[in-house]
Amino acid sequence: MFDALSERFERLNTSLRSRGRLSDVDLDQALADVRLALLEADVELGVVRAFLDAVRERLSGEALSQSLSPGQQVIKAVHEQLIEVLGGTPLKVTYASKPPTVVLLAGLQGAGKTTAAAKLAAWFKQQGRQPYLVAADLQRPAAVEQLRVLAEQIGVGVYSENSNPVEVARKGVAEAARLGRDVVIIDTAGRLSIDEALMDEVRHISSATSPHYTFLVIDAVTGQDAVQTARAFHDALSLSGLVVTKLDYDARGGAVLSARGVVGRPVVFASTGEKIADFDLFYPERMASRILGMGDVLTLIEQAERTMDPSVVAESAGRMMSGTFTLDDFLAQLNQVRKMGSLGGLMKLMPGVSKEMRTAASNVDEGELNRVEAIVRSMTPKERRDPNIIDGSRRTRIAKGSATSVSAVNQLLKQFGEMRKMMRQMGNGAPAMPAGMGRMASLAAKARSESLPAGFEALGAGMASAASAPRGGGSKNKKKKGGRVTPPKQR
Amino acid sequence: MIALYIVLAIVVVAALVIVVRRRGRRRVPQLAPPRAAMPEVLVTEVTSMPSLTTVRLEERLATSRGVFDRVRSLSPSDHLSEEQLAVVEEVLLRSDVGLTTANAVLEELRSHGAPDGVAAAVREILLSSLSGDRTTSAEADEGRVPVWLFVGVNGVGKTTTIGKLAKRNHDAGRSVLLAAGDTFRAAAADQLEQWATRTDSGIVRANEGADPGSVVHDAIGRASAKGFDIVLADTAGRRANSTNLLDELSKVRRVADRAPGQVVETLLVLDATTGQNALSQAQEFLAASGVTGIVLTKLDGTARGGIVIAIERDLGVPVKFVGVGEGVDDLIVFDPEEFVDSLLST
Repeated sequence: MFDALSERFERLNTSLRSRGRLSDVDLDQALADVRLALLEADVELGVVRAFLDAVRERLSGEALSQSLSPGQQVIKAVHEQLIEVLGGTPLKVTYASKPPTVVLLAGLQGAGKTTAAAKLAAWFKQQGRQPYLVAADLQRPAAVEQLRVLAEQIGVGVYSENSNPVEVARKGVAEAARLGRDVVIIDTAGRLSIDEALMDEVRHISSATSPHYTFLVIDAVTGQDAVQTARAFHDALSLSGLVVTKLDYDARGGAVLSARGVVGRPVVFASTGEKIADFDLFYPERMASRILGMGDVLTLIEQAERTMDPSVVAESAGRMMSGTFTLDDFLAQLNQVRKMGSLGGLMKLMPGVSKEMRTAASNVDEGELNRVEAIVRSMTPKERRDPNIIDGSRRTRIAKGSATSVSAVNQLLKQFGEMRKMMRQMGNGAPAMPAGMGRMASLAAKARSESLPAGFEALGAGMASAASAPRGGGSKNKKKKGGRVTPPKQR
Repeated sequence: MIALYIVLAIVVVAALVIVVRRRGRRRVPQLAPPRAAMPEVLVTEVTSMPSLTTVRLEERLATSRGVFDRVRSLSPSDHLSEEQLAVVEEVLLRSDVGLTTANAVLEELRSHGAPDGVAAAVREILLSSLSGDRTTSAEADEGRVPVWLFVGVNGVGKTTTIGKLAKRNHDAGRSVLLAAGDTFRAAAADQLEQWATRTDSGIVRANEGADPGSVVHDAIGRASAKGFDIVLADTAGRRANSTNLLDELSKVRRVADRAPGQVVETLLVLDATTGQNALSQAQEFLAASGVTGIVLTKLDGTARGGIVIAIERDLGVPVKFVGVGEGVDDLIVFDPEEFVDSLLST
């Protein structure tokens, strides 16, 4: 969606060049596009409307900035507004002066409450606290057992008994106090917001334990219903914040914005995977980029730092810049990237990548990566260092050796040649250093210091690279890659 | 520098791989249709079950009356105004049908108008997308054990759905064996075991972390030896954007389809509260496990699950059952008309 968005914004860009400010008509057009992007991301209709009004407010009458194109300015406003809505005043978890601090988790069935309870306990433990879990979900078969197994994995005690949820919760908190635990997390059964009896029950649990924090656990893949659910739970329990789960899915996660918009309480935690460790505080900038489909460079960098070998990276990057990048380097690079995860998944995190490219990448399976590797490995060391010597008969040999076809070998070599040329240009000097890449690099530096505008930097990068991608020639996906590193014309 | 490198590295790798891929285009073989010659189609009988329209629509109407009334109040017309179309769009988007479906409906309305009233026209258009075959088969070839395989992302209600379908099969006079193929989630097998007890079914389970394929394999062996009529196989919830997890699922399906087992239904369980992501879930699970139908769960809440229309239209995968509560009988056969009415009723 964002690709289409930035494309449209670029048109806006040229048509507005002569004028000094955004006209209402232009703004309407731009906001109509933003609306589509938000709806596609599952943001609730009413929230979309309120959001667009706020963006309009931000933009209307504002003089066009010198350094940004009108299109970029609209995106900037959208992005800033997103961060504002998603972030707001962050909730700082403080602890009760008279322990234990009680945390109540509630939500629909299958949102991931039980897992979130265990992850939250692990998080508190990491903070140097002594958490305790209370299994008050007596509805779902074996939910108590599930919590017990998870709790054992993280070394946290669980309170459970076979009475009724209110009783369990009350006694659980008392037990935590007796044991001297300072945080107690209550897991409750999943319930529908329209189920009066069950909503009453959770209200009773709440009044019996007077929790310091009540979190709604909400699934990032939720659609329009996010608003109904969030509102109903907020009305019943007066939430202190949200816990978002399943952020490792490839959904845009507009539900987060919807729920945040209605409840007006911050998203505090985000769960990004099945493992206990996949749980952290929530970062609004990252979510903002994600909702707009702008990739998530920070996550990408983190993922890379976890898996990549720094010495290989440094060496390979150096040669990339100096234009002496060889097929051996490529092979090393291929293996590094493979360690990071599936190509499709990585592409999703990258800003400014076209939808076709993303789809293509997500359809690449291991076998195809193997085939590329086989082609390179079927070359002699000399050939890898200097692909120019690969003539017809060598090509035939390589094709046979790798069980592929000559045309596949040809394509690989041709593409590699182009890639190398491009890298050399980049290494050579300033004019060839594309804005997107430059920003990306500075973003990495900023990310280290966790500075705020990081999200916006990523956005800039996305903009610039998308802008520099050549249009047209639908079948030429690979060309887009070439485009990413050609300098944007306006620079 | 590292960021720049990562980005370049991924781009370079992706570009080269995709280029080569296009050359040696080798389609991943599609899974064979679940059965070559279906001996007998069994239409699952509808007993007196709660109905979508009667149970909750009244309440829904009471709580958020308005938009549909506005649609209904739109008078028959050959040419709809943009304002009228906007109302229709709102109703559709609020039901999670998605932009593509909503636009297709609007396009249809623009070109054909709504001579019999807007509501009727929208209903007609939506129904035309829901024309798939909704029968389920519980019969395998001679000497083989029919297997229903359940797949889906985490937390959609796979295990609960299996419990309900075990009851349904049991009521239809079949002896049911459950295979606890979710060896990942803590206590998933315990949960299934409770359903086995409640529904008088057998169960085969293994330790946590065991190979799900082997659990399914054992279950089929046991069913074949002891003469169970059908095996319902649970699998762990998995996100749909992970190649490894989907590969694992493909393997489970292959194992289940090996004689004496025969996968006669692969049911994707979808949560009605899910938004546009449901479409990509369906795509991925279809490719990995040859989904034959959808069970749409949690339709007793405020969510409407309109995305299944896009799924059926784009992928041809029909909804077969609908989950409307936590009780063992809260599962009904999907009825397109009722469903569309409930989409439009709010």
